[in-house]
Amino acid sequence: MMEFTLVNFLLFMVNCVLSNNFIFSRYLGCCPFLGVSSKVETAAGMGIAVTFVMGLASLITYTVYHFLLVPFNLQYLNTISFILVIAALVQFVEMFIKKSIPALYSALGIYLPLITTNCAVLGVTLLNITENYNMLWSVLNGIFGALGFLLAIVLMAGARERLESSNIPESFKGFPISLVIAGLMSVAFLGFTGLVK
Amino acid sequence: MRNEKTTMRGVFINGVLNENPVFRLVLGVCPTLASTTNAINGLGMGAAATFVLLGSNIVISMLRNFIPDKVRIPAFIVVISTFVTIVQMLIQAFVPSLYEALGLFIPLIVVNCIILARAEAFASKNSVLHSAADGLGMGAGFTLALIIIGVVREILGNGSVIGIDVLGASFQPMLLAIMAPGGFIIFGLILGIVNSIVNKIGKRSAGKGAEA
Repeated sequence: MMEFTLVNFLLFMVNCVLSNNFIFSRYLGCCPFLGVSSKVETAAGMGIAVTFVMGLASLITYTVYHFLLVPFNLQYLNTISFILVIAALVQFVEMFIKKSIPALYSALGIYLPLITTNCAVLGVTLLNITENYNMLWSVLNGIFGALGFLLAIVLMAGARERLESSNIPESFKGFPISLVIAGLMSVAFLGFTGLVK
Repeated sequence: MRNEKTTMRGVFINGVLNENPVFRLVLGVCPTLASTTNAINGLGMGAAATFVLLGSNIVISMLRNFIPDKVRIPAFIVVISTFVTIVQMLIQAFVPSLYEALGLFIPLIVVNCIILARAEAFASKNSVLHSAADGLGMGAGFTLALIIIGVVREILGNGSVIGIDVLGASFQPMLLAIMAPGGFIIFGLILGIVNSIVNKIGKRSAGKGAEA
């Protein structure tokens, strides 16, 4: 287990956001990445909502796993219990945003419930278990992983806004060209590998 | 009234071709990218997802009159994750190499959009047999797409198909194809090619319709 020092903290941040970016090197969270990236503002809203959910989900699933599943020897139920925690959490965030930020709610529309099926959220909670992180690193992993997602989705939205005015072959409009662009961005992010050993 | 879409065969073929989950609906992008570094992994992921789709479609269709509308999504997710846990244990016990290769993406079948989408759009409204046909069709379409992408990436990145060397020793493998960026780019290109084929077929059949 890593000790909590400033150096470890910064290395961990760089590792999560850049070298092991959720989208570009781990393929987690591609559905919202492609679905909600047509405008920068919506993309940023989605990214922030995901950050909030991923941080909280890491905290709660850590507690559920270590204080509920492990004592009863029920580790094999982790997938089922984690997805239920996430579904409930997303419902709560949805209610909160609907009450407090109606503009963001109308912008995110149907995509908010989709955070439940964002594999980055379930992915990070399962990774926390396999990587054996303690509570602090789990939460940091969730938050920084989501910040990497936020960075990726905002970059993508910026590129796609420019695409609207460019001349693309008919068959490549929409998803295909977006995937190719994501691939090119991913090549750039490949440059960050090895930055943290 | 009996049209193409209401027959069992129609439902199955619809899943494989007309509404292919990967190429036409573009659902489940993450497992598609992550498991297609070679054809065998693609096949394994496809088979696992097909099992879950079939099981969850059948159970959800059986329960469709009992699940209250308001809590249907959590109920669907519990059914789906039960099947995923079963398939995870089976793979871990019988195909440990595949378990190693797919890793995190086996439990993540739970959040594969295809499965929840079929539960919501099809199984919760149709009979058990039709839902089973839909699950098999969608699963077969998913598997087919994964194998196609897997074969392309494996040839480019490793010079082999299903582990058998086909391009000879002089071939310089394009490592990028089996790394993360290659997945995005090759999937994008294949998707574009499929779109152009579909557009051509669409135009031709529209032209025939006009002539007739």
